[in-house]
Amino acid sequence: MKYLIRQAAVLGGQATDVLIIDGKIAALGELNDAEATVIEAAGLVLLPGLVDPHTHLREPGREDAETVETGSQAAARGGYTAVHAMANSTPVADNAGVVEQVYELGRKAGWVDVRPVGAVTVGLGGQQLSEIGAMADSRAKVRMFSDDGICVWDPLLMRRALEYVKAFDGVIAQHAQEPRLTEGAQMNEGEVSAVLGMTGWPAVAEESIIARDVLLAEHVGARLHICHVSTAGSVEIIRWAKARGIAVTAEVTPHHLLLTDEKVKTFDPVFKVNPPLRREEDVLALRAGVADGTIDVIGTDHAPHPSEAKDCEWGAAAMGMTGLETALSIVQHTLVETGLLSWADVARITSFTPAKIGSLEDQGRPIAVGEPANLTLVDPAARWIVDPFTMATKGRNSPFAGMELPGAVRATFFHGHPTVLDGALATPRVAND
Amino acid sequence: MKHLLSTADLSREEAIAILDIAEEMRETGTRQVKKLPALRGRTVVNLFFEDSTRTRISFEAAAKRLSADVINFSAKGSSVSKGESLKDTAQTLLAIGADAVVIRHPDSGAPARLAATDWIGLPIVNAGDGTHEHPTQALLDAFTLRRQLALREGVSPAGRGLDGLQVAIVGDILHSRVARSNLWLLNTLGASVTMVAPPTLLPVGASAWPCKISYSLDAVIESGIDAVMMLRVQGERMRAAFFPNPREYSRYWGLDDTRLAALEAKGHDTLILHPGPMNRGLEISSAAADSPASMVLEQVTNGVAVRMASLYMLLSGDLI
Repeated sequence: MKYLIRQAAVLGGQATDVLIIDGKIAALGELNDAEATVIEAAGLVLLPGLVDPHTHLREPGREDAETVETGSQAAARGGYTAVHAMANSTPVADNAGVVEQVYELGRKAGWVDVRPVGAVTVGLGGQQLSEIGAMADSRAKVRMFSDDGICVWDPLLMRRALEYVKAFDGVIAQHAQEPRLTEGAQMNEGEVSAVLGMTGWPAVAEESIIARDVLLAEHVGARLHICHVSTAGSVEIIRWAKARGIAVTAEVTPHHLLLTDEKVKTFDPVFKVNPPLRREEDVLALRAGVADGTIDVIGTDHAPHPSEAKDCEWGAAAMGMTGLETALSIVQHTLVETGLLSWADVARITSFTPAKIGSLEDQGRPIAVGEPANLTLVDPAARWIVDPFTMATKGRNSPFAGMELPGAVRATFFHGHPTVLDGALATPRVAND
Repeated sequence: MKHLLSTADLSREEAIAILDIAEEMRETGTRQVKKLPALRGRTVVNLFFEDSTRTRISFEAAAKRLSADVINFSAKGSSVSKGESLKDTAQTLLAIGADAVVIRHPDSGAPARLAATDWIGLPIVNAGDGTHEHPTQALLDAFTLRRQLALREGVSPAGRGLDGLQVAIVGDILHSRVARSNLWLLNTLGASVTMVAPPTLLPVGASAWPCKISYSLDAVIESGIDAVMMLRVQGERMRAAFFPNPREYSRYWGLDDTRLAALEAKGHDTLILHPGPMNRGLEISSAAADSPASMVLEQVTNGVAVRMASLYMLLSGDLI
């Protein structure tokens, strides 16, 4: 199939025509092709397909919350062409069998590249390293390992994990949460938790683990990725570590770039998430951290839950928010429209760098002739009101419900196949094997 | 007033109106026939997800004196312990024909959640939620203070606030819903509050509260106070390393006989309050608990009047 995207602003720059043939970018410039399906893109921004370093697809085990198919449909609608599926499924993705299962489900679904993340420890138990080598050598070619949801707390085990993955060009993605300091934690510890009488999740519980782990990474010369950084202090520590030359990368979620713990005053569990929503000062520090490159990537931490997990009192509710279908709009709202980032920067934090962190070959590539056509067309002038009931994800737990957001994904090309056209899901790509 | 969830929601006028109605209710409690027909035919459900005999019977007495029917629902040994959700429990009560729900819940915000959702649409009274709020306790404390001061001055308490009163709240502030509700209400009524606790039992973020904070009960007694509210200290706090042991806690933050004497020596006629149940010998000595300045039983009596006023205002239309 041939597609001709007409007059798209590549990375927000010059308007150009882009010809896609057989999954690759065949030509750029002033183009005409009578056989190609034309997509008029005047006024639209062309980005490399988004890559999410942090998604919960819930399958296997919690297909009531999400499946690989519905989650990857949500990803496509959000402009993604690849997602990293976190390991906390049931059974846990701690062996080659489970990661290959998830990888195959993703391949069969055909909406995005589904790249499983392997668990660092068996059953996320924090006791014994899982078969990292077997997962790396499997068909899923796992490169990112994480016990996300649970911190690899034992400092010796963390040291060994950081060292061991070096043999497989891997990276440990740490969920930084000191467990003793966060027992029973419900929300950010601060002025709001003092008023609401909720057990606090102090910033120091995140910062102390990050400080420890960047020093461990330095000591053993390993690569470390910090999941969902949420505090101003964490940004400072990571900035310091990078200045020292430590191989650390960091991720921030869209919700931590916009929402604060003031939302908890509603007691609506749609705002319950881990790490929790922080203060306004933290939100601003996170944005500044993205702007100066301290924070490398946007990770959605997309965490769908069935309605009963949120339609209850705060303490009984599950933690997590959906994010795949709102991420790019939140990035535009908080980082582009505030003047902190250009669209080229957006391409870097949502595609180029996350693909590098995950060692994905065909993703996060430049928009150039001969490159795989993983592309996203965004209408930056669009405005829309978030309605979780019209989303592709099974999760209705969007904290942005009812908000008006800028920017809409008009089309997504996944290896040259349009998974989204005219802002709606099109068809999956049939894998040729 | 649609619900009674937090004292922070009450304006000064609303708070004084509740206290004034409670004064009238308290008068009826001294009659031989204590019952009023105000809520005849209405059903009040006491929905208790935590054990609390004292608060539950106080609400029960309040509803019954207003001639309401009362259903007591205790979560222990019920469908809740079999995993039923708050939503289903509440909707069951609605289907049974409840007109108002008095809820005690271990989770902060559960009553507010019940009020904010479309689950039942009934008036909700917060009878204590987690470590968040206990508004009727704060109202009965304010009522007790106001009434005692008026008695002392030989005037009617009606229409008055607590302007200029110096109140110390002492103990486990971190885990106390009573302390939070009292903080907001005492401020609304014009009193000045000092929180006294070991630093481990004060929340991070309390520095933003409209009160003074002290680690020294002796210094606060020495400064001269009109009332001291002693909070219950739970034994399990010791195991979680909030303080070394009960003796040390008592030595520094307990209202013991020495501090009772210091309080009396200041000549402020300081009133002593405690929400109960008391740990005699831990946060309060027997001499202090049984002294003429102790308001502990007066608080219990006034609690019924304040809860009558609250139910009356919620169920028989807005009187403000």
